[in-house]
Amino acid sequence: MVKKQYAFYPGCSSQKGATASNFLTSLDVVVDKLGIQLNEIPDWNCCGASIGYGEGGELPRLVINARNLALAEKELPGQDMVSGCPACWLATRETHERLAEHASLLAETNEALKEAGLKLNNTVKARHMTEVLIEDLGWEALKAPVVKPLEGLKIAGYVGCQTNRPFGIAGESFENPKYLDKMIETVGAEAVRYEQKVACCGGALAFSEPDKSQKQIRDIVESAYDNGADMIVTPCQLCQANVEIYQSEINKKHGTKFSMPVVYYTQLMSVAYGGSAGQAGLDGQVIKADKLEAVAKK
Amino acid sequence: MADNKFAAYICSGCGIGDVLNVGALEKIAQKEGKMAIVKNHPFLCNAEGVQLIKDDIANEGVTHLCIAACSRRAKAEAFSFPTVAVSRANLREGVLWVIAEGADHDEVRQEMAEDYVRMGCAEVKKMTLPGGNLKESSSKRILVVGGGMSGMTAALAAADAGYETVVVEKSGELGGFANKLLKRVPFSGPYAEPQPTGAANMTARVSHHPLIKVHLNSTLAETAGAPGRFNAKIAQESGAVAEELVGAIVQATGFTTYDIAKLPELGGGQANVVDQAGLEAMAKAANGGAIKRADGKEVKSVVFVQCAGQRDASGVHLPYCSGHCCATSIKQAMYFKDQNPDVDTVVIYQDLRVPGMGEDFYRSAQQKGVIFTKGKAGRVTGGDNCKVEFRDLILDEDTSAEADLVVLATGQVPSAGVNLDDWTATVTAAESGDETAKAKKIELQKTSVLNLTYRQGPDVPQFKYGFADSHFICFPYETRRTGIYAAGPVRRPMDMLQAQEDATGAALKAIQAVENAARGRAAHPRAWDLSFPKARLEGCTQCKRCTVECPFGAIDEDEKRFPLFNEERCRRCGTCMGACPVRVISFENYSCDTVGSQIKAVNIPDEFEEKPRILILACENDAYPALDMAGIQRITYSAYVRAIPVRCLGSVNTIWITDALNSGYDGVMMMGCKKGDDYQCHFVKGSEMAHYRMSKIGDTLKQLGLEPERVQTQEVAITDNARVARLIDEYVAQINEIGLSPMKGFG
Amino acid sequence: MTTANQNALAKYKNNFLKEVEANVEDGHWVKMCMQCGVCAGSCPLGPHWEHSPQKLFMMIRAGKREEVLGSDSMWMCTSCYNCIVRCPRKLPITHIMHGLANYAHRLDLAPKGQPTRDIAKLFWDNLAKTGRVNELKFSLAMYFKDGFGQGVKNAMAMQATGLGLLKAKRLNPMEIIGGHKCKDISGIKKMIAKAREIEDRRRGLA
Repeated sequence: MVKKQYAFYPGCSSQKGATASNFLTSLDVVVDKLGIQLNEIPDWNCCGASIGYGEGGELPRLVINARNLALAEKELPGQDMVSGCPACWLATRETHERLAEHASLLAETNEALKEAGLKLNNTVKARHMTEVLIEDLGWEALKAPVVKPLEGLKIAGYVGCQTNRPFGIAGESFENPKYLDKMIETVGAEAVRYEQKVACCGGALAFSEPDKSQKQIRDIVESAYDNGADMIVTPCQLCQANVEIYQSEINKKHGTKFSMPVVYYTQLMSVAYGGSAGQAGLDGQVIKADKLEAVAKK
Repeated sequence: MADNKFAAYICSGCGIGDVLNVGALEKIAQKEGKMAIVKNHPFLCNAEGVQLIKDDIANEGVTHLCIAACSRRAKAEAFSFPTVAVSRANLREGVLWVIAEGADHDEVRQEMAEDYVRMGCAEVKKMTLPGGNLKESSSKRILVVGGGMSGMTAALAAADAGYETVVVEKSGELGGFANKLLKRVPFSGPYAEPQPTGAANMTARVSHHPLIKVHLNSTLAETAGAPGRFNAKIAQESGAVAEELVGAIVQATGFTTYDIAKLPELGGGQANVVDQAGLEAMAKAANGGAIKRADGKEVKSVVFVQCAGQRDASGVHLPYCSGHCCATSIKQAMYFKDQNPDVDTVVIYQDLRVPGMGEDFYRSAQQKGVIFTKGKAGRVTGGDNCKVEFRDLILDEDTSAEADLVVLATGQVPSAGVNLDDWTATVTAAESGDETAKAKKIELQKTSVLNLTYRQGPDVPQFKYGFADSHFICFPYETRRTGIYAAGPVRRPMDMLQAQEDATGAALKAIQAVENAARGRAAHPRAWDLSFPKARLEGCTQCKRCTVECPFGAIDEDEKRFPLFNEERCRRCGTCMGACPVRVISFENYSCDTVGSQIKAVNIPDEFEEKPRILILACENDAYPALDMAGIQRITYSAYVRAIPVRCLGSVNTIWITDALNSGYDGVMMMGCKKGDDYQCHFVKGSEMAHYRMSKIGDTLKQLGLEPERVQTQEVAITDNARVARLIDEYVAQINEIGLSPMKGFG
Repeated sequence: MTTANQNALAKYKNNFLKEVEANVEDGHWVKMCMQCGVCAGSCPLGPHWEHSPQKLFMMIRAGKREEVLGSDSMWMCTSCYNCIVRCPRKLPITHIMHGLANYAHRLDLAPKGQPTRDIAKLFWDNLAKTGRVNELKFSLAMYFKDGFGQGVKNAMAMQATGLGLLKAKRLNPMEIIGGHKCKDISGIKKMIAKAREIEDRRRGLA
C-alpha cells in the first residue's frame, strides 16, 4: 500500500516525557492502520503557542512558525504539514495565511529567516491531524479498521477552541461542530449531548489565573457528568491537560468528587483499531480511563 | 320580477357527499330555498360541472344561482358567471373540514350544512347583478403634485408607461431638495462613495418628455371631482389659472427640514452650528476644495450630532426617526475625509441606522477614518471653538468633543397640507360664528396642498405625526382619498432611493386608478367590484353619518344636504351602509337585506334542544380567510356557529345584531381586523367604527333583557387560523354557561 | 517612563487611534468596530474584564491611552477565538487584544505583576532559549516567579498534580538538566533577535 505522506510537526507537549506524550503514543497505531506516514520535520521548533504574544510580538512569532514551514518546504517538499496540536496548527496556519496576505511581512520574515540560513516561499499548507483524517481519508476509511467497537461507552466530545476557531474543520459550525461526535460514533461509542462542547478551558490562563480557568474546567466536567458521560474526549493537548489535571485541585477547593477521564480521539481510535492499553497511551492517564482500558483488554 | 330564475347547485365532491346527506340539502334548496332548479354534481368545479351551470344559464334562463360547494374564496375562476348573480354556500371549508369527524357529530354537522344552503338561497334572492358605472369620458391623465425627486420619478414612470402626465411644481425649477445637495448616498454596489444626485439629468428628461407637461411656479388652487374626472385648477405665478382634467393624482410634496432654531440647547442659531442642509450648502460652495465656515476658516474638525430634535420622548421635538440622516451624515463626513483625510470627523450617534445597503456605506466611512461614537448629545455650544457635551453610552460617562463645526442631523417634517382634524374643528367653530375660527380657516386654506373641494376637507387625511398615509401594511401608497396617492417623504420619512421606489409604486397605483375608474370598477381591495352604493334618498334623514364616517371621503352633500355619492371615490367597504340608521344605503350585491335574509334563514332550534346558534359576522379580508384556513388545516370548531362574510366590520348595520338576537340567536361574534393606530383594517376606519357602534349596543341588549356577553367583537388577523377556532369554542362555552337566549320562538 | 513611550507620545500626540493603527498587531481594524457588544458577551472570561474589547475600542477612539495600555483587561484573553468568529464586522479581536497587550508590555505600561503578563514572558524566554518549551523548567519558573518562598508554597500546592503527571510519565525530572532542544539554537536565537529588531524599528520601540 502506498502510504500518504505528511511533514509532521509534533509540537513540544507531545515529546517524550511531556504532558501530551501519550497522544503521540496513541497516534502510532492510528497512522499505521490508516496507511499514513508521518515524516517529522527535522529540527522543528516551538510555535510560540497563544501565550507567546505577550513577549513575542507579531513578527517574532510569525518568524518562528515560518522557520518550521521553511524547513518542511525544504526538507519534505510536496508534503502538507500536519500537526497533532491545535495550538501548533493554529499558529502555523495563521502564519501561512498572514504572510500570504501581506507581502511586506513575508519580506521581513525572510530577512529574519536568513539569520537561520532559511528562506520561505510559503508554499506549504498547514493542517491539523483531524482535518487530514476527515478530509484526506474520509469517514468510511476511519471506520474500516475498527475491530473493537467501543460499544456502550458514553463519551462527551469536547471540541474546545482551537481546532474549531477561528479556522475550524471545513463545513463545521463554530457553535456546534459535529466532527468529534462523528468520530466517537465512528469508533462505535455514543456521543453525549452536553452544553460545554466548545467552551474554553482557560488555556494558558490555567497557570496565571487558576481560579478563573478552573471555573471553566469545572463547568465542562460537571456538564459531562450531568449528561451521563463516562469520559471526555478531546483533540487538544492543552484542553486534555487542563481538564484532566485540575480536577483534583477543583475537588480540593470545592469538595467535588470529579474523576472524569479525559482522553484524546486518537486513544479511542487506537483501542477501537485493536491497540493495547499501552499502545493507546492509556498508562499516561492521570485519571484512569477504566472503561476504555476494559475494551482494550477484551 | 318575472324574469328572475333561481337555481341551486350542490357539489358532492371533495368528500362532501360522503359525509353530508346531499339529498336532504337538495330538498332544503327546493322547499325552503324555493329554487326553481336544484342539481347536484360530484365534481362541480370541473369542466362538466361548470358546463352544467352555463347550460342552465343559457337554456333555462337562470339569473340567480347559489353554489353550495366550497368557500367563496376557492374556485373563484371556475365559478365566475359574470352575467348572473351568484351566492356561495360554504359546505367544504365551513362545515366538512371544521366539524369533528364521527357519527356523534352527524346531526349537528348536517344541520349546519342545511343552514348554509338556506342562507345561500336567501342571499341570492336579495341580490341583483351589479350594472357597473362605465364612464366613457374618463380621463387617464395623471397629475403629479411636486417636482422633486419623488415627483419627477412618478411622472417619468407614468409617462414612460404611456400615460399623459401633468407636473405642478411650486418653485421655479424641478429637482426639489436634491438641488440643494452636493452628492447623494450611493444606490448601488459597492456602496462606498457618495454619488452625483442625478437631479439635473432627471430634470432634463422630465422637461423634454413628450407626454409630460410641467407647470412651474404653480400651485393647486382647487381640486374637484373623483378618480377619472378630477378637475384641477392650477394657479400660476402670473395670476392666471390653468385647468387640467386628470384621472388620478400623485402627491409628492416632500418635506421641510426641522427648524434648527427650535434646538437652542444643541446650538441651533449659534455660529458654526448648522443642520445637514446647511452643510450641503457649505460643501457646494467649497466646490471640491476645503469646506470653509461662514467666517472663512477652513474646517479641520467636525462633529455630527445624530437624532438632533428627533426620536424625542419629551414631546417637544419630533418623536420619530427620519431614517436617512445617519447615512446622510456618513456621506457628509466623507465630503471632509475625501478632500482631506486629516480632518477629524466624529459622528455621535445613539443607534446608527443605515437601512438598505447602508451598512456597507458605514463601513466605507470607517475605512476612511470617520470616528463613530455611541453617545447622546446633551449640550452644544457654537462659536469659534464649538463644544459638544455628550454622554458616552458605551463607557457610560459624560464627556465632550471640540470642533470647528457642528452639524445637527435634524429630521424631515412632511409637507402634507392641512390637518383635517384641525380643519373640521375650525370649520365647525367658524360655522357657529366664531370669528377667530373664521380667520384661522382662511389661514389653513392657504397651507393646503390640494385644495380639494371634498366635504371632508381640502387635503388627504394625515396619520401619525402629520404624514399622509393610508394602509401602511398592505397598501402603502394609498391615501384615504381614492385616486390620490402619496409618494416620498410626505408619506413617511425616507431617503432619496426609497422616495424613488415609492414614487414608482404610486405611479402604478395611479395608473390602476385611472384604468379602474374608466371601467367603472372599485379600487383595491375590491378592484373587480362593479357595485356601488345606492341610496333611497326619500327615506334619508340627512343625519350625515354616511358622509362623516366614510373613510375615503367619497360622499359629499348636495344643495339639499342629501348625501351625494361619488362612486369613483368609493372603495365599496359598506361603512356608509353600516352607518345608516334608516338603512337606505345598499349595494346591488350587498345590502342590509342580503345579510339580513341570511340571518333569518337559519333554522333556530327551540331551547329544549339545547343547541345554541351563534352568528359570526366575519370580515372577508382577514377573519373569513382565517376561518377557511382553519378548515384547510382541519382545525375543528363548534357546529353551533353560522358564519357570514361581510366586506368590512364597518359595513355591519346594527339592525343585523338586533334581528339576530330577536330571532333567538344566543350570541353574535363579530370578527374584524385590528383597529387603532397600528390598524390592519383594509378600509382604515371600518373596524374601529364597528367597535364604536357595538359599544353603544348595550342599551339595545338591556331593552331585550339580554346579557352584554351576547355580542362580542374580536380582532382577528389572517394568520389566526388556530386562534379563530379557539375563540369560537371559548365563546360557545361561555354562551352555554350564560344559558340559551330567552328570545327563542319570538322571532 | 521608557524612551519608547516618550517617543510614541511625541509622535502621535493626541491621536491614540493612529498610534494603535501603526503599532499594534491588526490595529488598523479598531476603527471598524460597530459597537454591538457581541465580543463582550462571547468571552469566557468576560466577567473578569474591566473593559470589554468593545469598550477598549471605544476608549482607543476616545484617546484614552493610559487607561487602555495600563488595563488588565487584554491579559484576560484565553485565545479561545470566540470573539473573532462571532464578530459581525469580522474584526480579528483576539489578535488585537494580543497586540494591545504586547504593545503595553513593551512600553512597560502594562500592569506590574500581572500574572499572565509574567508567565507570557517566562514562556517566551523558555522557548527562545532552546527553540522548544521545557515544561518542567517553565513550571518551576512559574512557581518561583514571585520569589523563593512563594515558589516552594506554589510547588507544594501543586505537588499532587506533579506527582500524577510524573507517574503517568508526562513530566520528566531529567528535563531539569537539559531536555528537548533544537539543534540550530544559535540560528534560532539570531533569527528571533532579527525579527524583534525589525519589528521594534517599525514600531518605534528600538
